Amino acid sequence: MIQHPTTAKNGGTIAIKAAFPVTVPVLFGYLAIGIPFGLMLVKAGYPWWLSPIMSLLMYAGAGQYIAVGLFAAKAPLTGMIVTMLMVNIRHIVYGLSLIGKFRDVGRWKPYLVFALTDETYALLTGVKVPMNVKPGAFYGSIAALDHSYWIIGGLIGALAGSFIPFSFTGIDFALTALFAVLLIDQLKRTKDPLPACIGLASAILALILIGPSNMLIVALAASIATLILVRGREK
Amino acid sequence: MNALGIQGTPLADALIATVIFALVILATRAFPFALFSRRDPPRALRFVEKYIPPAVMAILVVYCLKDIHWASWPSGIRELIALAAVVLLHLWKKNAMLSIFGGTALYMVLIRII
Repeated sequence: MIQHPTTAKNGGTIAIKAAFPVTVPVLFGYLAIGIPFGLMLVKAGYPWWLSPIMSLLMYAGAGQYIAVGLFAAKAPLTGMIVTMLMVNIRHIVYGLSLIGKFRDVGRWKPYLVFALTDETYALLTGVKVPMNVKPGAFYGSIAALDHSYWIIGGLIGALAGSFIPFSFTGIDFALTALFAVLLIDQLKRTKDPLPACIGLASAILALILIGPSNMLIVALAASIATLILVRGREK
Repeated sequence: MNALGIQGTPLADALIATVIFALVILATRAFPFALFSRRDPPRALRFVEKYIPPAVMAILVVYCLKDIHWASWPSGIRELIALAAVVLLHLWKKNAMLSIFGGTALYMVLIRII
C-alpha cells in the first residue's frame, strides 16, 4: 500500500472516520441518558445553557445526574464535593489500567485523561487501533465524539425535552449491550475468564450487600483486592 | 433568581459548584497519571492493565442492571432475555453493531409488551 503523506487535517479526518463506527452505540446511549439530564436540569428551574456547560466541563453521566439532585435539594457545597468525589473515584482505577496505553498518544493525552468516562474507557480498552491511524488521534476522536454526543443529548433535553413525542424508554439498553459485547471481545482475546468472573461476583455481591447506589466503587475495590490476591504475584 | 423559578441552589452558586465538580472529577481522572508520570508503576500494579478491563466490563454490565426489582414481576426477565440475545448474536454473527442494536431493539419491544 502506498503511504500518502497526510497533513494533520487529513490524519484527523481519517481518525474520525475510523472512530465514528465504534462510537455509534455510545451515540444512542448518550442521547438516551443525556436528554433526561437536560430535561431534569430545566425542570429544576435552571436555564438551558447550564446543561452544555456542565456536560462540557464535568462530562460525567452519574455525576451530572447527582449534581442536579444536589442542586434541587440545596445541599451544602462541602457535602456536594464529597459526594462528587465518591461517585467519581472509580476513575482512578480506569486511569491506572491505561498508563501504558496513554504513553504514546502524544498531545492527545491531557484531553484523553479529562474525557475518561465509563463508556469511553470501555471503548479504549476494547477496540483495536486501525493500521493507518495514529493511536492518539484514534483514541482522541473516540473520546471527542463521545463527548459531543453527551453535550448534544443534554442540550436537546434542555431545549426540547418536554416536546419529544416518541418514547425513547429502553434505548439506554444500548450501553448495557455495549459493555456486554466489549466483555465478550475481551474474553475472546485474553482467553482468561477469571478477571471477568471476579468482577461479576464482586458486582453481584456488592449489589446485594450494599445496594445500588454505592455498588460500583465497592465492586471495583473488591475485584482489585481479589485480583491482587489471586494474580498479584506473577510477573 | 426567583424569576427563573429555582427552588434549590441559586444559579450563581450552581455555576461555581459546576466548576468545582469539574475540577474534582478531573482530579480523579488525572491522579494515576500524575502519580506515575515520571516513574513506572510498581510491578504489583502492572497486572492492573491486564486484568482490570475485563473485571470492570463485567461490573458495568451488572451496574446497568442494578435498578431492576427482582422480587416483583417482570423481575428482570426482559433485561435477561435481551442480554442473552446480545450475547448469542455476538457469538454467532461477531458483529458488534448487530449485537448491540439487535438486543436494544428487542429490549424496547419487550418492555412495551411484557
